[in-house]
Amino acid sequence: MGRYVIRRLLQMIPVFFGATLLIFLMVNVMGDPIAGLCGDKACDPATAAQLKKEFGLDKPVWQQYLTYMGNVFTGDFGTAFNGQKVTELMSAAFPVTIRLTIVAILFEIVIGISLGVVTGLRRGRPVDTVVLMLTLIVIAIPVFVTGLLLQLLLGVEWGVIRPTVSPEAPFNELLIPGLVLASVSLAYVTRLTRTSIAENSRADYVRTAVAKGLPRRRVITKHLLRNSLIPVVTFIGTDVGALMGGAIVTERIFNIHGVGYQLYQGILRQSTQTVVGFVTVLVLVFLVANLIVDLLYAVLDPRIRYA
Amino acid sequence: MPEPYDDGAIAGTGAGGAMDLATSEATTLEQQPSAASGGRAPGGPLGTGPSEKPRSLWSDAWRDLRRNPVFIISGLVILFLVVISLWPSLIADGNPLQCDLAKAQEGSQPGHPFGYNGQGCDVYTRTVYGARTSVTVGVCTTVGVALFGSFVGGLAGFFGGGWDALLSRVTDIFFGIPVVLGGLVFLSVVTSATVWPVIGFMILLGWPQIARIARGSVITAKQNDYVQAARALGASNSRMLLRHIAPNAVAPVIVVATIALGTYIALEATLSYLGVGLKPPTVSWGIDISAASQYIRNAPHMLLWPAGALAITVLAFIMLGDAVRDALDPKLR
Amino acid sequence: MLLEVRDLHVEFKTRDGVAKAVNGVNYSVDAGETLAVLGESGSGKSVTAQAVMGILDMPPGRIAGGEILFQGKDLLGLKEDERRKIRGSEMAMIFQDALSSLNPVLSVGDQLSEMFTVHRGMSRKDGKAKAVELMDRVRIPAAKERVGQYPHQFSGGMRQRIMIAMAMALEPSLIIADEPTTALDVTVQAQVMDLLAELQRELNMGLILITHDLGVVADVADKIAVMYAGRIVEQAPVHEIYKKPAHPYTKGLLESIPRLDQKGQELYAIKGLPPNLMHIPPGCAFNPRCPMAQDVCRTDVPPLFDVAARRQSACFFWKETLDG
Repeated sequence: MGRYVIRRLLQMIPVFFGATLLIFLMVNVMGDPIAGLCGDKACDPATAAQLKKEFGLDKPVWQQYLTYMGNVFTGDFGTAFNGQKVTELMSAAFPVTIRLTIVAILFEIVIGISLGVVTGLRRGRPVDTVVLMLTLIVIAIPVFVTGLLLQLLLGVEWGVIRPTVSPEAPFNELLIPGLVLASVSLAYVTRLTRTSIAENSRADYVRTAVAKGLPRRRVITKHLLRNSLIPVVTFIGTDVGALMGGAIVTERIFNIHGVGYQLYQGILRQSTQTVVGFVTVLVLVFLVANLIVDLLYAVLDPRIRYA
Repeated sequence: MPEPYDDGAIAGTGAGGAMDLATSEATTLEQQPSAASGGRAPGGPLGTGPSEKPRSLWSDAWRDLRRNPVFIISGLVILFLVVISLWPSLIADGNPLQCDLAKAQEGSQPGHPFGYNGQGCDVYTRTVYGARTSVTVGVCTTVGVALFGSFVGGLAGFFGGGWDALLSRVTDIFFGIPVVLGGLVFLSVVTSATVWPVIGFMILLGWPQIARIARGSVITAKQNDYVQAARALGASNSRMLLRHIAPNAVAPVIVVATIALGTYIALEATLSYLGVGLKPPTVSWGIDISAASQYIRNAPHMLLWPAGALAITVLAFIMLGDAVRDALDPKLR
Repeated sequence: MLLEVRDLHVEFKTRDGVAKAVNGVNYSVDAGETLAVLGESGSGKSVTAQAVMGILDMPPGRIAGGEILFQGKDLLGLKEDERRKIRGSEMAMIFQDALSSLNPVLSVGDQLSEMFTVHRGMSRKDGKAKAVELMDRVRIPAAKERVGQYPHQFSGGMRQRIMIAMAMALEPSLIIADEPTTALDVTVQAQVMDLLAELQRELNMGLILITHDLGVVADVADKIAVMYAGRIVEQAPVHEIYKKPAHPYTKGLLESIPRLDQKGQELYAIKGLPPNLMHIPPGCAFNPRCPMAQDVCRTDVPPLFDVAARRQSACFFWKETLDG
């Protein structure tokens, strides 16, 4: 187990540096990192040269990257376009997005798994067919369309929710945005749970449990669910990172001032430091989520734990 | 081969935006060279009659697909989409770029069943012409992703060892970048108004998904006894890869690529909605939905038609892939 | 009589039609007796056993007719909950592949103690103590230390012992063992078989031993039922059948066992394949493969003829077979 964790950690390192380097190159080489620093006008050549020197942009790219990473590891993410520290933006934005992600994950767990179990146990019945069709439709409609439609119907036409979320973004205002953010993953969780339940319900050990004379309820909860939920739990774990990265669309629709909003602003105003900083943290979240999933897998499945 | 009757409901999971899932699921669709005898009958095999001919994986799947209404319907929808993207003028005689501001936001009227958009362009014509963009983006991305992904994944799986470790890490790096975020960063610096930067970007971040599938199925195929036998008989690497492994590793790639095609179309629309995907004058459902979202209160028709077309297109590809997967996966029969 | 199966019919609905897996099986087992059910895969031997246990997948399976009398009660007339209470406590089953038949994510202790907590209402602690006791009884070394381990941490033979312990847990009066040693190494096979036979004697249980391995049968069984295409074709006390089979199929099976005294000769094999259960040949199901088949075999289904006391054969030419 210990060796397994260490191996996974070591594998993470090149991936982290590779991914951040890729983002760094995209922004710094393809874009113009100082364009956002002179306000709305273009910088005059003298100022540009001075700024470049100030930010070390006259050095080779790999040196810039190393300097940047060195700063990041000491907690310095640089400054955003309006002179604010990027870390300040982060401490305002991340709590909001984390709340939104929690709401979304709860939806996935509660609705997704329940629907998956129900359909997996009733394969071929009408309820199964209907839920399966619904999940396909949810998957096929892009999140921004779902979001806009729900905003139109619930927020504007029926007035059930506020069409946009207030800057504090309390949990109750994040319910519908969270559902929108979760929607596609929710459909996946339903289908994955269903497939897993269906496959496992034919497994030999389930037959053994029935032959032991266990009540149906116990066969399902203790034997079938425990095995079937392993892939589902790992999917939901991996999804944490994906949801935080994908929140950008939902946050734009409902005007939520989270990570996606800040990133979007950063891109609009060409604030290199903001963009690279936020993406770096998100990549890190994504990788850590994956690591936790691997560990969770080992906890849930003794065959991996003792391998 | 008597097998337990299992109804034809769509089993398995679709795939889409969250690319991991398509990957994790398709790994269950590994090679079954003896697919015809794959299903487990309750209480042990019931015996095979000498009168039955052995069926191949593909002919068996085709037999299933022909009887599957989901396959037929999604196939027809896709055929229709392809035809109107090649010849949009067959069903729309207007010009999608010819607009009359005086008619902006007007609703349905004779000759213009979908009404006009915010610039006074005919929504019907634009919706029809939008299909071309979406299908082009979807098909080109899928072809690029499938070729590059299979190449890298196939090499990693076939040679193993150091190659595998290196290529797998590279795959992980590209997997580590959230797609929409990467799109924002990468495409925000691109000024071209063509579809190619978007396609290029989606291939750049999309290939690892296929690479993982291809790697997994090549490894499985490589372990098959008949491949080991061919190796023992001294078959060359290229002959092994082309004659023995590739034909057996290709099914999972095709399934995942078909499903992914739908998700690429959705991704293009999402990027266009965020303002970094396609740019006018390209006619795209994503751009139109984005533009219409500002007028959603007054003129929802401007949003609903392209959004509906988009959803049906994505749905058709996902359902097609889903049906093909079910047909190829004997375990779920 | 402990268990009596009368004229049992089981069908499976498949995509291509109805497969008739069991077509009128009769057999019986008494307390302390061992019945070996012999046959190729697809002969219906496992399906019959699953019908007795009440663990058939229904659908696609369907019991199309017959009776299963257990201690005088017809099991097919019972409600599901009543049958469930009999399973595990009154009759238990041992499966072929212990690795896949044990739950991979629960410790063997949990899986054993579950029998006591569910059926007997014991506390978890008592159940655990019982689990250790059971593991001792099937001679798993260091039972106390290993009770918390998972199935994949045991060897194949040990896993099968755990399956046996699980079946014995509540001292049932009937055990059905479905190919209990097929997945094991030859050396381990004998040990496991001996353990099973020993426990059976101790507890005076009825045992149905399903197998396709004639070697296993000779030592432990009292009587043998040979199945073919969902029917019993021959039933006899174990030694008589080895000496003189009364059905050409049994004869073929016996002749296809390699024997040391026939070294150098070509090994006999029954020609052809088992029938497709959706298109069982008319008449005697074995006729296309039978060296003695006559016209009558292709038109009439042979009934079970009484050959001798407690001995039957479903062959029109049983006399000729016996003499040949």
